[in-house]
Amino acid sequence: MKILATYNIKGGVGKTAAAVNLAYLAAADGLRVLIADLDPQAAATYLFRVRPRVKGGGAALIRGSRELDKAIKGTDFEGLDLLPADFTFRNLDLILDDTKKPTQRLARLLRPLRDSYDMVFLDCPPGISLLSEAVLHAADLVLAPIIPTTLSVRTLDQLTEFIDGLDGHRPELLAFCSMIDRRKRLHKQIAEQLPAERKDVAAAAIPALSLIEQMAVRRAPVTTFAPRSEAARSYARLWAEVRARAG
Amino acid sequence: MSADLHNFAYMNGEQQVPRVVREALAPRYSVVPARRTRTRHRTWLDTFDWRLHRAGLTLESVTGRGPAELVLSGMAGERITAAANGARWPALAERLPSGPLRDRLKGLTDVRALLPAAKAASTVSEFRLCNDDGKTVAWLTVEHLHAAAPADADLPPRLSVTAVRGYQGQADRIARCLTAQPGVLPDGLPALDAVLATGGLAPGEYTNKVDVELSATMPGRLALAAVLRRLLDTLEANVWGTVRDIDTEFLHDLRVSVRRTRTALKLGAGLLPAGLATQYRPAFKWLGDLTTPTRDLDVHLLTFGAGAAELTSASPDDLDPFHRYLTRRRAVEQARLARALRSPRFRALVVAWRDALDGLTAPQQGPDAAQAAAKIIGRAHRRVLRQGSAITAESPPEDLHDLRKRCKELRYSLEFFASLYDPPTHRRAVRELKGLQDCLGTYQDCQVQQEEIRVIATEMLAAGGVPATALLAMGDLASHVGQRERRARGEFASRFAAFASRPAQERFRALVAGARP
Repeated sequence: MKILATYNIKGGVGKTAAAVNLAYLAAADGLRVLIADLDPQAAATYLFRVRPRVKGGGAALIRGSRELDKAIKGTDFEGLDLLPADFTFRNLDLILDDTKKPTQRLARLLRPLRDSYDMVFLDCPPGISLLSEAVLHAADLVLAPIIPTTLSVRTLDQLTEFIDGLDGHRPELLAFCSMIDRRKRLHKQIAEQLPAERKDVAAAAIPALSLIEQMAVRRAPVTTFAPRSEAARSYARLWAEVRARAG
Repeated sequence: MSADLHNFAYMNGEQQVPRVVREALAPRYSVVPARRTRTRHRTWLDTFDWRLHRAGLTLESVTGRGPAELVLSGMAGERITAAANGARWPALAERLPSGPLRDRLKGLTDVRALLPAAKAASTVSEFRLCNDDGKTVAWLTVEHLHAAAPADADLPPRLSVTAVRGYQGQADRIARCLTAQPGVLPDGLPALDAVLATGGLAPGEYTNKVDVELSATMPGRLALAAVLRRLLDTLEANVWGTVRDIDTEFLHDLRVSVRRTRTALKLGAGLLPAGLATQYRPAFKWLGDLTTPTRDLDVHLLTFGAGAAELTSASPDDLDPFHRYLTRRRAVEQARLARALRSPRFRALVVAWRDALDGLTAPQQGPDAAQAAAKIIGRAHRRVLRQGSAITAESPPEDLHDLRKRCKELRYSLEFFASLYDPPTHRRAVRELKGLQDCLGTYQDCQVQQEEIRVIATEMLAAGGVPATALLAMGDLASHVGQRERRARGEFASRFAAFASRPAQERFRALVAGARP
């Protein structure tokens, strides 16, 4: 079972859209996939039309008093399940802090699922916190969407430093340009330069497209309602790179 | 998709199923067509004696627009699939493409072939059952089956509701709504059972056991007639498979039915009208003798691999000419047997015998079933004890062969009247006898095999072209068979002593005296 995390220190960069579409494409490829929505905003949960509620909340899940397995819901797509978010996930840092070895907790909770799933996507809230440390400790590959601006590139460097500074397990990092506005010269320039200059940046990139925003209206991965669109093709190219990298 | 399944049959053919479901679930759930309606051809496969069904499994060959597929499914959620790759039925599991499905089936079916049990064309439509968020909480499958075998018939539509993971409660609620609709029957028959029912059949019906229900007080003659009729049913059921050479068990079961019939005619002659047993005993001896050459060769071939693996001074490949010779001879004997089973003589025997059995009526006087059973079993038991006690270390093989026949007679009579006795006590008596039978069986089979190896070696040599390595390997094989024979002979005394012990005899007498009313 491979664990992939869509994560960035910055918010609003396309993490959830990437997690939802990549998870869908992975399941369409025949993998058994779980997407865990760790963000209390519950955007991924909303996109899959699942109610954002976990019995006992985040505390029950993290402390292990409720089996993770029982909280999982099937999505409308074969091979793709969802661990829904819950509003109490806003306190996951505090809950984790109350446990022993908090940074290893998430990895330990996910371990029993290894016979049931081939791939788990962790859709994480932004920021640097105890939860993000736990996510990085659990993940094999971190997928970091970055908007191609100078400040975002700086954030990527911060993320790289953060990962390098972790004790013990360190996940591999794969950044990709996201929400590229083709009308902006700087966006285009950085989106072309970055993959050429850095091995940890994918060649595939996700443009800023209204179809991607429409996911929130259609409440489904973009591939399902616009399979031939530029948006769907972009995610397919990204999935091909992610799959090759995840092994 | 997973979790519990709710099955229904929809008996009100006037109404369109999706409309009925839509109206039943509105406004809480919507019914959304999911995939294009598809038609597939389903062929259910099992062994003639339903080994898969008895193990709680169903095997199907499914053909449709895509490649043909074999699907093995179990009640506990087990599901193994494999490409059918143009498999033709009947077929032994070992002939299927290698993989988990073949491995699983081989262990269950052993020497029995898989053959079609039922066929149907299936048209399936799938629907999503969605809550007010538009989230699929369950899948509805509507299947229209048109049975093609055993009979040509349309079946009522079959509905199944499968919960999406995490939505079992809502799927249960949907199932309750559907059950409340007129014409919807919960827990419809499994598809195989429904298709078989079109021909008045049910899975698991065939057994080679003498499963007749007798009562202790019924006339002994009618009890014996019921047993003989059951044996004739089994005999007839196995004729087509023996003639078509589907697998070796058809002949085995046919042969056992003949032997049992001969035993019943011998030991129960006194219960039948004067002259009836005398009239039919030669006919069934003819039939029994017909089956012997092919069955002996079947036994040789079935144990061939194990025997070849035992060779010490030769390679298993050295036995190839011997194997080819056995296969050729079996083909000749099988053709002879098939001809005989298609002959007017055989057909006339079966028809006349059934007429004779159907014409039997209760005599004015005579023992009841319990008395008749006690007499027949008691006499067979005494004969085994008498002949067995007379056997010493110096006794010739023929004495042990005769004792084996007496043991078979006792075993068969115990089986005929099994329904009259307490099952655990009866099972124990059979188990104790079986220990002795196995020993005598091994002894005689080994003797027959050694003799046959000698005869065949002579024939192969006379025919010319046989390599010396083959003859040497056959000698090696005969030597191992000889060792098994000597081991069995050495075990006989202790086996018989256990069977003939005073406690075993007392248990036996108590069994026979304790027929249930």
